[in-house]
Amino acid sequence: MHHVVLERWSRGGSFLHARDPRVKILAALAILVAIATTPPQTAAPFAAYAILLIGASAASGLPVSGVLARAAVVLPFSATFAAISWVSGDPERAAALVLKSYLSATAALVLIGTTPMPKLLLGLEKLGAPRMIVLVALFLYRYLFIVSEQAQHMLQAAAARGGLFGKARPLRFRAAGGAVAVLFGHSYQRAVGIHRAMLSRGFEGRLMPASALALTVTDALFLGGALVLAFASRLSAGAGL
Amino acid sequence: MHIPDGFLSTPVWLTLNAVGAPAVGLLARRAQRESGDIKAPLLGVMGAFVFAAQMINFPVGMGTSGHLVGSALLAYTVGPAAAAVVMTAILALQALVFQDGGILALGANVFNMAIVGVMAAYLPYRQFGRGRMRTFAIFLGGLLSVLTAACLALSELLLSGVRMPGPVVTVSLGLILVCAVAEGAITVAVIRAIERVNAGWIRGPEAMGKPALGFIATAALLLVTLGGLVASSSPDTLESFAEQVGIADQARSLFETPFADYQARFFEADWLAQAAAGLAGLALIFGLGLGLGKLLRNRRAAGRPANAAGGD
Amino acid sequence: MQPVVEVSGLRFRYDDGTAALQGVDFHLFPGETVALFGANGSGKTTFVLHLNGVLTGEGRVVVCGMPVTKENLTEIRRRVGIVFQEADEQLFMPTVLDDVSFGPLNLGIEPAAAVERAKSALGDVGMLHALDKAPYHLSAGEKRRVALAGVLAMNPEILILDEPTTSLDPPGRRDLARLLGRLPQAKIIVTHDAWLARRLAVRSVFFEGGRIMGDGATDELLKRFDWECDAAEAMPARLD
Ligand SMILES: Nc1ncnc2c1ncn2[C@@H]1O[C@H](COP(=O)(O)OP(=O)(O)OP(=O)(O)O)[C@@H](O)[C@H]1O
Ligand SMILES: [Mg+2]
Repeated sequence: MHHVVLERWSRGGSFLHARDPRVKILAALAILVAIATTPPQTAAPFAAYAILLIGASAASGLPVSGVLARAAVVLPFSATFAAISWVSGDPERAAALVLKSYLSATAALVLIGTTPMPKLLLGLEKLGAPRMIVLVALFLYRYLFIVSEQAQHMLQAAAARGGLFGKARPLRFRAAGGAVAVLFGHSYQRAVGIHRAMLSRGFEGRLMPASALALTVTDALFLGGALVLAFASRLSAGAGL
Repeated sequence: MHIPDGFLSTPVWLTLNAVGAPAVGLLARRAQRESGDIKAPLLGVMGAFVFAAQMINFPVGMGTSGHLVGSALLAYTVGPAAAAVVMTAILALQALVFQDGGILALGANVFNMAIVGVMAAYLPYRQFGRGRMRTFAIFLGGLLSVLTAACLALSELLLSGVRMPGPVVTVSLGLILVCAVAEGAITVAVIRAIERVNAGWIRGPEAMGKPALGFIATAALLLVTLGGLVASSSPDTLESFAEQVGIADQARSLFETPFADYQARFFEADWLAQAAAGLAGLALIFGLGLGLGKLLRNRRAAGRPANAAGGD
Repeated sequence: MQPVVEVSGLRFRYDDGTAALQGVDFHLFPGETVALFGANGSGKTTFVLHLNGVLTGEGRVVVCGMPVTKENLTEIRRRVGIVFQEADEQLFMPTVLDDVSFGPLNLGIEPAAAVERAKSALGDVGMLHALDKAPYHLSAGEKRRVALAGVLAMNPEILILDEPTTSLDPPGRRDLARLLGRLPQAKIIVTHDAWLARRLAVRSVFFEGGRIMGDGATDELLKRFDWECDAAEAMPARLD
């Protein structure tokens, strides 16, 4: 599964892996803003972003081809719009749409590939994201695998018994509704169980963090460097290349 | 429709982040106020459920199939504020982990689907959710949640200068409508099935704040949808309309106008100024969210009677 | 001697109307280990969830001299540790170490000390190597061990285990029995595993239809309720 692979990547030990999640988030934002504000008719900045991002993934031991392949999930969507733009006489924007969305996805992958999700979410909370959303995302991520697997098993079990296919449409529609409802019930019951387990271990309404974040000088230097690089890449458009 | 990064012009994504972030912060605090962190596992698992439920296909017709989007279902099961929180968490994880939707575009996607989408789903339910109209209200809620979100996304793209010829827009609108009807039907089917298992899992419609607020919200929503539709179906009309009333001139002086033809001008502007504006905007959003949070927390801490109820 | 758990006349009904407990009387003495038997759905899990106030029904439940009421919940949950039947529900934190330190942190222990406790508990169940793993990457048996560690790390006075040997391999079962045998706490073990019950519990209790239908020596009870597949019966019929 996709996120399981990312999770394996994120447990590496490179320089980038070791940075405080907050500075990585800010660095990623800087490069995303740089990409977003780059005018469409230039080539140099896009080349610079690509080099930066590929360099970062290679340096942190991520499989570069894997990163590039995964980022390609945005291509069907952007290619469609690019084609439409092209047809309506705006080839520059067409190219920019594809490049920008692809590079932005790559940037997101470098961030998530070098930062385990719990750390990333902790960093987001420390940067001011609402705690409730961070917690919900944390639990969502934790149970994503389990609930999806359950859905998969249900589909397999249904298929094994001649299942959801081949009947008249209204029947199938209702059967699918039933399957979703059962999944809902399982999820709800699971949430109740988790709630009980939390209460049983002394939970009284506030999750205590086990690990705190600490900014180091290296982190600050990294952030400075990342900002400079992002700006410099963006600047290469101004240089008229 | 999840908008990826690279599609929205800077003024558009900045504005939507500026609108979305505080709104979500407010909703998150509202959801948390009810029960502290204890609700987080339920909402998280519900989010995972929505993800997983999307693996189950519904036959829509002509050999194609659709799946649940979920904002309406969430609104009717965990309540609108919590549903917005869950949808936001889903969108954030989709952007971060699955590259489905952008990170800078998160504000736009959250605004479209988690805020307006959930509200659009809840309003009909709130008005007609009891009595004979109930099934219709649920259907309408599901339909509106997808319709408003998709129309908003489409108009944001057009506003950002992504060009689409008329026929393409018409076809997109047709597809959106089909998806919206499907979501309505799917939501009805799922809610019925859940009610057969355990009716207690569906929340009855509840009053959200003052009636006037609901009315304003409904009106705003209708306007947004209609506006979006008009803008989407004939972007030229909107533009000439804007030109006529002089909005365009004002907008141009405000932020060098986001409209298509002026896009180039925006980019010709000193890029450093743009980048500075971008960063300043981000800082502003950040500050606003933080300040608002602090303010609310203080007010709550001051005005809260000893809140004894711990459990659910 | 004063019992650490005293239950009388306990009744409980789930939201959907299922009467899961219909008048349960039970007691547990300090240091004692009791096995709970009974068919699927007989109310064992429901019963143990009352012992730390996660569920509350009608009747009297007294733990360590305190009635299970809202005011006492914090203290009672400190003293009663429950290992849940469904390990995935208990392991809700993102990593094994986070999960096992969840309980100690809630007890108000300093983060560093909580992590130490967690590590030592993980050592006890032989899972120290999996500190940084995500719970969903563990095998079913490993999940059980980590769930047990999460409760051991809180150092409870009363230990309750709901089906602790499900999905453990035979060496794992043996290790668990040894570990539990070493622990001095009073224990309630909900199990279908006659071998484990014989090995750890002198006394057993038999549930049926939400009531306790038998309370006595484990060996005698297992026979009375015919709770073991005997070897002859388990033999497959000859093929020819
Ligand atoms: N959340 C619930 N809502 C409704 N009924 C429930 C719920 N949980 C359990 N029950 C019912 O309560 C009864 C007792 O269930 P319980 O889980 O206590 O059984 P058990 O003895 O632990 O069974 P097992 O050996 O299968 O674990 C069963 O009939 C079950 O169907
Ligand atoms: Mg049980």
